[in-house]
Amino acid sequence: MAANNRPLSPHLQIYRPQITSVLSILHRITGVVLSAGIVVLVYWLAAAAGGSESYAVALTILGSVAGRVFLFGWTLAFFYHFLNGIRHLVWDTGRGFEIAQVERSGWTVLILALAFSAAAWAILLSGGGS
Amino acid sequence: MSLRSPLSRVLGLGAAGDGPAHWWAQRVSAVGMALLGLWFVFSLFGLDLADRAAVSQWIAAPLNSVLLILLVATASYHSHLGVQVVIEDYTRGWSKVTGLVAVQFIHVVAAGIGIVAILRLALGG
Repeated sequence: MAANNRPLSPHLQIYRPQITSVLSILHRITGVVLSAGIVVLVYWLAAAAGGSESYAVALTILGSVAGRVFLFGWTLAFFYHFLNGIRHLVWDTGRGFEIAQVERSGWTVLILALAFSAAAWAILLSGGGS
Repeated sequence: MSLRSPLSRVLGLGAAGDGPAHWWAQRVSAVGMALLGLWFVFSLFGLDLADRAAVSQWIAAPLNSVLLILLVATASYHSHLGVQVVIEDYTRGWSKVTGLVAVQFIHVVAAGIGIVAILRLALGG
């Protein structure tokens, strides 16, 4: 058998998604999403350094409906990756590996990520933020 | 005693041997990101993001400049370590090599632009 045709394990097509596996791949996906977010962070800083005109352009782009949808997505990705990263660091100390604990910490991370994102946008939209 | 066969050693296959350093760098930068990320989010709450003068003034404050430069540098480094693993996992051959080099270049350029932008505001841009 050619090396490229070797069967891969686990067989994702027939493997039932579980909270553990879904959150695991979500950590990687949100990580890549946040990597793209670095470009936005750097663009924002460069626009501020560039002057009033470049900052006005950045505000138009980031403040548009599409811009806000993306920014909310990055907020979600940030809080998920942040919380699940802490979950990983706890695992690195050898704690929390029982199935019940893993499932409980997983749901906790998911719910907190949603709650923190909603709270952050409530503060940004009500306070000084645009 | 090494369990590797002489053939595998000649072919250069097997573990590169620098995995633990990569793993550790990822954890240390993760702790840095957790602290800097929290600081950044809470800072944004207190800022009028529509006001360029206020934002620039905030960036130019010494403590904020230092922490922002650390944020951009740590985020780029942590992101590079992570995306590197993703590429190593899903690609092979030349696409892996070019992907790894391109990702490294992109991260260094992004960090460079971000840090220069902060310095311009901090040093009276």
